[in-house]
Amino acid sequence: MCQVDEEYQEELERADGPSVSKKCVKCKEASAAVVIRAGDTYCRSCFKEYFIHKFRAMLGKNRVIFPGEKVLLAVSGGPSSCSMLSQVQEGLSQKAHKKLRFSPGIVHIDEGGAVGQSAEERQRKVSELQAVFKATGFPFLILPLEQVLDLPSSVVETALSPLEPPPSAYKAAVDRFNQTSSSDYLPPQEREEKSLPDVQKSHTQLLQQLMGSAKTLTAREDLLNTLRQHLLVHTARTEGYSKLMLGDNCTRLAIKLLTSISLGRGAQLAQDTGFSDSRYGNIISVRPMRDYSAKEIAFYNHMFNVPAVVVASLDTKTSEKASIQRLTESFVTKLQTDFPSTVSTIYRTSEKLQTACRSSSSADHSDRCLLCVCTLDTAVEKASAFQATLISEQLSQTKSLGCRNPGQSPGPVKPESAASTGQCCSSAGGEDCGRATSGGGCCSLTTETTDLKSLLCYSCQLTIRDMSSVDHLPLYILSEAQRRQRRAQMRDEISEFLLDDGDEGIYREV
Amino acid sequence: MAAPIAVHLEFGGGAELLFNGVKEHHVTLPSQSEPWDMKQLLVWIQRNLLKERPELFVQGDSVRPGILVLINDADWELMNQNACACLTAAGLDCSVGLKPAH
Repeated sequence: MCQVDEEYQEELERADGPSVSKKCVKCKEASAAVVIRAGDTYCRSCFKEYFIHKFRAMLGKNRVIFPGEKVLLAVSGGPSSCSMLSQVQEGLSQKAHKKLRFSPGIVHIDEGGAVGQSAEERQRKVSELQAVFKATGFPFLILPLEQVLDLPSSVVETALSPLEPPPSAYKAAVDRFNQTSSSDYLPPQEREEKSLPDVQKSHTQLLQQLMGSAKTLTAREDLLNTLRQHLLVHTARTEGYSKLMLGDNCTRLAIKLLTSISLGRGAQLAQDTGFSDSRYGNIISVRPMRDYSAKEIAFYNHMFNVPAVVVASLDTKTSEKASIQRLTESFVTKLQTDFPSTVSTIYRTSEKLQTACRSSSSADHSDRCLLCVCTLDTAVEKASAFQATLISEQLSQTKSLGCRNPGQSPGPVKPESAASTGQCCSSAGGEDCGRATSGGGCCSLTTETTDLKSLLCYSCQLTIRDMSSVDHLPLYILSEAQRRQRRAQMRDEISEFLLDDGDEGIYREV
Repeated sequence: MAAPIAVHLEFGGGAELLFNGVKEHHVTLPSQSEPWDMKQLLVWIQRNLLKERPELFVQGDSVRPGILVLINDADWELMNQNACACLTAAGLDCSVGLKPAH
């Protein structure tokens, strides 16, 4: 039956090269316009339905956002967050089949100062975004990143979180909401727009000094993320929001997951990439876009004219080896072209991650990282990877002390420098800088760096190490660091007289 | 012998930054002996329109992974990317580079 074989082959070949007239897998009538996942072709209307349903399903499944709650949408202007904005709009519109019932607000943080854009450029982007936000009718805020310099130190504290609501609470809240507002639903109030507060040049300079003090792009991006997160949380708190919606999509999260591992943030993965993140206590961040791939979002935005404003970020137009974040991104996207299930596989892994339950004492403020506000991963027993890294770092340093080349500092944009654990500590005083427990004085510069490290998680320590000096850090971080150090010192002094802490001390010794 | 073709190209999602920030381009492809296809169009774009950093736009003879391409408002993955997609219809509408920038 050789002939039949040959015929088969011909048929297969024809099937391999899909033609333009391929039909939608769902309605099987309209011709397809977009390929999602391998082989799933959708037409425009089915794609729209699928996209909108997914957003509502995500919020419905997780039941984190209660009816009537104030939710702050963090919109950068990029495709993902703008798509999120349009989905919220769609969900709140009168014609929506199953209406969303929270009241949204928008915040945009203008990072032009950190990225090095001119004042005119920033103004132009801001006015573009203003037009987009105004069209939604939601209250909105546009803040320059420079405001992060004036934050109070309460930002990096975990505010007391309300007790975990029981599963029945959601249903009760829905009922309550239905009773109170079924007749007189108030549309989101239009508030007077707040124009962009004038940014002082000195502030921009300070911010640029801070960004400039990070020697590698990896550290700079990490620092920018941290500052942005602090400003977002602070804004949500002062404006009375209880939830913060972030626009991370599934491709972005897959990249973030691998990046986080390479940056030594393994312990914080679950919080960094999960659907909801409660590290700040009273402000819970949610990521409703985490089920969409970047491609789905780009196509949706294009087909249904979702306005987006391209905002340059730190890694725009950089080569693919400029930073760990950038390298991971190109690794994932390259792999994705040949193996279309790459992103979803990584993403499914991130879904299964959970934060290990710590004892109640870990809820104490002093046990949180000063920068990323995650539970410190440095207070571990002696037989751990972390301690092993420290020891190997010490050993390699004592060895290289004699033959050290003074000019041998890590190159400015080498991704390895942030990941490598030894060798690149520039100050001789940094020899025992990783010792998480040491208190010590606080007069000279080197010791101050050392002290700051004891308050940070492993990954943030690496970021700080890549900075030439910590003096440019915003005041709220430095003053909070000093406060925590004083408290730790005081606790050390009176530890003999304390019952509970004495116990803890014994535990640590053992 | 293919006649000159008028093509409407659009770059978005950050890809336009490589083209001096210009999003829309109305161009006419010169006539050539064999019919135009996407592979040749990309080479032509690279030679005539691209302003900087070609490595961020093309890789090998296709676009860099992560850049999405639409032909006549449809995903180019629906077409056989290199062999097919001959640009025959006049006024073809190409959106190249809906790159999800971040």
